[in-house]
Amino acid sequence: MATESSEGGLVFHPMDQFIVSPLFGDGAVSWYTPTNVTLWLALTVAVIALLLVRSTAEARIVPDKSQSIAELAYGFIYKMVVDVTGKEGVKYFPYIMTLFMFIVVANFIGLLPMAFTTTSHIAVTAVLAMAVFLTVTILGFVLHGVSFLKLFWVSSAPLALRPVLALIELISYFVRPVSHSIRLAGNMMAGHAVIKVFAGFAAIAAISPLSIVAITAMYGLEVLVCFIQAYVFTILTCVYLRDALHPHH
Amino acid sequence: MEGDIVQMGAYIGAGLACMGMGGSAIGVGNVAGNFLAGALRNPSAAADQTATLFIGIAFAEALGIFSFLVALLLMFAV
Repeated sequence: MATESSEGGLVFHPMDQFIVSPLFGDGAVSWYTPTNVTLWLALTVAVIALLLVRSTAEARIVPDKSQSIAELAYGFIYKMVVDVTGKEGVKYFPYIMTLFMFIVVANFIGLLPMAFTTTSHIAVTAVLAMAVFLTVTILGFVLHGVSFLKLFWVSSAPLALRPVLALIELISYFVRPVSHSIRLAGNMMAGHAVIKVFAGFAAIAAISPLSIVAITAMYGLEVLVCFIQAYVFTILTCVYLRDALHPHH
Repeated sequence: MEGDIVQMGAYIGAGLACMGMGGSAIGVGNVAGNFLAGALRNPSAAADQTATLFIGIAFAEALGIFSFLVALLLMFAV
């Protein structure tokens, strides 16, 4: 990357917000170093625990605000799992609920000013996506044995076409974790970078009102994107899970 | 001099990669527009299909995100 020219360049670089740095001092980052990523991952877990455990600890018949949010999230994900994977998928509901809550809370607290968006890093989302990929693949083989490979053999297609389709299905199966992780990380990174670019324009007096309006609009869009991307990640997990439960076309 | 030309190529490539986003924009628009057209014809069936809508949008959007990633790689990694 070229060094920013001192005249005419932005005041700060829009990608600076994604730099992983140690919390204390500024040494090298090893695997045990507490960094800003660790801090915000820990905060994410703390917020989820506070929301779900504390609000339902003394469940009331007429729920208060936090209990309503917790119950709404539970009902929303439960309905999604039942709709997409069927009744057999309910067994795997806790995993999907965990994924959704983690991603949605990480996305939302990443929107706070000065916060670090952990889900904007492929290192974080790739772990989530690989976990889903491995779970689904192992589950498919455990439940169906070798006949799980029928997933790639499209029996509704003409016989001559099936080897070609099998190849395409195989490739698309192994691209899943890549697209699954990059979709989330790319969306979060792109949105935050755009906000920072507009924030850089705010330093120029002539267009600063315009850029502040633009930041506000982008922020509203980002709130929407944060939720939709968590929803999409979860529903794709459900779709992959359905493939593992019912591999026959 | 040689480094400058390489950098110029990387920047031009990053700009070209952004054209992929236009393609994915057309794709997402097609998905949402067709969903709306179908939903207005038969509103009672629309609610069940919103999950399919989001899956379709996600698949169309993934390719735009890939082109964004290529642009980022050209800008920062190459």
